[in-house]
Amino acid sequence: MTEPASPYTAGKPMPKESAAALMARIPGWGADLDPKDRPSFPREHPGIETGAHWDFPERQQEKWPRERSIEHAILPPVFGTSTPPKGASGAIRKYAYKKYSEARAAHWLLLIAADRVDAWEHHLRSLATLHPDNPLTETGVLSEFTRHGFRSRAGKRRADVSHQWIDPVLVAGPWVLAGLGAVAAVRALTVRALRRPAPRRK
Amino acid sequence: MRAMVYRGPYKIRVEEKDIPPIEHPNDAIVRVTTAAICGSDLHLYHGMMPDTRVGMTFGHEFVGVVHDVGSSVQNLAVGDRVMVPFNVYCGSCYFCSRGLFSNCHNVNPNATAVGGIYGYSHTCGGYDGGQAEYVRVPFADVGPSKIPDWMDEVDAVLLTDALPTGYFGAQLGDIVEGDTVVVFGAGPVGLFAAKSAWLMGAGRVIVIDHLEYRLEKARTFAHAETYNFAEYGDIVVHLKKATDYLGADVVIDAVGAEADGNFLQHVTATKLKLQGGSPVALNWAIDSVRKGGTVSVVGAYGPIFTAVKFGDAVNKGLTLRMNQCPVKRQWPRLFEHIRNGYLKPSDIVTHHVPLEHIAEGYHMFSAKLDGCIKPLIISTAD
Repeated sequence: MTEPASPYTAGKPMPKESAAALMARIPGWGADLDPKDRPSFPREHPGIETGAHWDFPERQQEKWPRERSIEHAILPPVFGTSTPPKGASGAIRKYAYKKYSEARAAHWLLLIAADRVDAWEHHLRSLATLHPDNPLTETGVLSEFTRHGFRSRAGKRRADVSHQWIDPVLVAGPWVLAGLGAVAAVRALTVRALRRPAPRRK
Repeated sequence: MRAMVYRGPYKIRVEEKDIPPIEHPNDAIVRVTTAAICGSDLHLYHGMMPDTRVGMTFGHEFVGVVHDVGSSVQNLAVGDRVMVPFNVYCGSCYFCSRGLFSNCHNVNPNATAVGGIYGYSHTCGGYDGGQAEYVRVPFADVGPSKIPDWMDEVDAVLLTDALPTGYFGAQLGDIVEGDTVVVFGAGPVGLFAAKSAWLMGAGRVIVIDHLEYRLEKARTFAHAETYNFAEYGDIVVHLKKATDYLGADVVIDAVGAEADGNFLQHVTATKLKLQGGSPVALNWAIDSVRKGGTVSVVGAYGPIFTAVKFGDAVNKGLTLRMNQCPVKRQWPRLFEHIRNGYLKPSDIVTHHVPLEHIAEGYHMFSAKLDGCIKPLIISTAD
């Protein structure tokens, strides 16, 4: 029986290569060995030069009531102005920000739900425009043909290949379900209309 | 101007938008010349980050030329070639004044737990990003820097996130001479983290992924020992064997929210969005590091709860270190490493995609087609 070694004894396993061998093999090996040469050491660096020439920045104009976390005491002076909240998704988002802190799962789950509603709102709206959503071009799926989709996966032992079948299901699934729902609704309304007795003449 | 816009999960297109206006006296408007798609952009593209709105322009890795400046800008002028860190930050709040630029408190109304990031949902402040012909850059005297004359534009764009983040990830590991360092993920950040671990004196660097072409890059670019986790029934056991059953001294998670290797985690997180991310790589990191070791996390996760094996981390006495990278703090030292020939960031770039074809670029990168490691987006504005 062999004698037990590290970690069952105190010694640390010997490195495979010496520092000299590593220095010869790898450009720059050990250049930042001293923590003082590492720019984020220590993590906090009070008084670091940043280029700011203000104690508190001027305030950016708030062009619409900017939704904000209730964990903020004030509206921060600078913020993004992309895509203001609109429609049903906007109402959900405003509610999530107004009602729940970042500590609450409801806050994030409502925002995720609003994202799905937002996508549906825009997809449906696009159908009434000259530039409707085009799944073929917008998913970039045509690159499967120009960027060797088959060759990039076949025989490569990729872990993701085993579950890629679920992607089209999740992308197309809601549309198929919505289509089936619409067909069922139209059929139900038609049946109900046909069954309704004709009004009697007096 | 032309700009990439998000249309819902897995869907983007290029649309005509207005050139962004100056919104604040210290704003600059930058005409983008080169941008990149980051692995973390895929979390947005897949609909994983809460409050990602249809119509938003993504892109937090970009360089360009100053097109306009606000009235209080002192350090930049129209026509300057600039590189812009992915962090939007004020430079003067409690956190910025201590060097925690990625944790700025003055730029993100939507959340206090994260600073501002260009083109990264409203959870990160609601700023449109740089996968467009023009982009608004707040705090022009704080974030952007002029690109040095000697620096290649491609190296510059990789200095806006991927390289500093990998380098920062290695720093978070508190590596000492001779340490065994394991890096999960052979994407751009993982490759740079592995390369940086050597700069800090690692004695052995091991990179784990399931994409053979990326592991090949880890061997040639980052001089790393590599293992394909898809070839092992249990990669943690394999790593224990490979480290004489001690475990690695430092493990870096450079994968983040879309880690593969566990179907249940993948579906609940990546597909159903019921977790902030699939913590497969993070859990493997916790289990394969030695007791008393350090796990560094630079992979991106969403703000929702995530099923992390925290008990193992407690019982092993681990140090868990993490943050978004404060990019500009890294630049002076990284500039030196590039000039000395220790780092050549542009070596990892595999594709140049015109802005008009960005949807195909996203799909290629997301589906890992054509040996894609790092795609750049070439703008068309003059």
